Amino acid sequence: MSNDNLVIAGIEFKSRLWVGTGKYKDFAETRKAIEASGADVVTVAVRRVNIIDKSKENLLDYIDPKKYKILPNTAGCFTAKEAIRTAMLAAEAGITKLVKLEVIGDQKTLFPDNEATLEAAKVLVKEGLIVLPYMSDDPIMAKKLVDIGCPAVMPLAAPIGSGLGIRNPYNILIIMETVTVPVVVDAGVGTASDAALAMELGCDAVLLNTAIAGAQHPIAMAEAMKYGVLAGRLAYKAGRIPKKLYATASSPIEGMIGS
Amino acid sequence: MTITLNGEKKEVPGDITVIGLLEFLNIQHQRVAVERNEMIVKKDHYGTTALAEGDSLEIVSFMGGGSFVLSSEISVT
Repeated sequence: MSNDNLVIAGIEFKSRLWVGTGKYKDFAETRKAIEASGADVVTVAVRRVNIIDKSKENLLDYIDPKKYKILPNTAGCFTAKEAIRTAMLAAEAGITKLVKLEVIGDQKTLFPDNEATLEAAKVLVKEGLIVLPYMSDDPIMAKKLVDIGCPAVMPLAAPIGSGLGIRNPYNILIIMETVTVPVVVDAGVGTASDAALAMELGCDAVLLNTAIAGAQHPIAMAEAMKYGVLAGRLAYKAGRIPKKLYATASSPIEGMIGS
Repeated sequence: MTITLNGEKKEVPGDITVIGLLEFLNIQHQRVAVERNEMIVKKDHYGTTALAEGDSLEIVSFMGGGSFVLSSEISVT
């Protein structure tokens, strides 16, 4: 098990739990939760620098880019154009070529606009970025994104922040059969068992934010998620027993008294 | 001269480059990215890119966020 690390586009990831940095009380809590989660991938948003109040601290003063892999995202973008612009700016900041591409199609569900995501992904791949697209749990979409050069795909488990867990495990399974690149479940995880289930299905990693940041005790939930992902991964590799309708005795019949 | 900086009008010294602007604003330039009139300014060009009256500048950095972030939550960082 010592070398079970995930590799995407030649980058080795030490954890299969990836976490977001939004919705925390403050940067100190963000840092503590990330430490407790054991994640080495941290996704961040790209936003305007506050010009008026320069006393505001920088997230990267708390999350050391030398210690963590920073995964900038295009969160909040509703068009391919906006997402491309945001991703290019993120790359220009000079920390990483990785980008979590997210183009939202609808304010209410926050479901991805897959068509715009594909359009933006094509441009960004050509620009040399390592594009990890957030997408619907749609195997056809996954294939299209891989065909244009995405080195992994990130289907949602359920709507962002919903905490509903994996709504359609069969689609996730079909995605894994359809593409040969790593599959990272992104969005919708609610608790540790949801993360474990994603890993038991054979997903390569889980990305989540609200499930930790929105928990009553975020740091404790971060630790729970760490073990959920580890347990799910180990169970997947161990190979579970098949499901059967009837019982199978687990003790030998032979040698019972009175026989 | 007047430029538009992150969507707001801002008075800055005339004859200033991007690096001059970042120094004027007291912003560390290692962790930011800059757009001038919707074109990215490469870091190597900060010192040679002179700003002009009416330019529109965007200076961005990394903030807390996972997936979609509501605009009201952005300012909380």
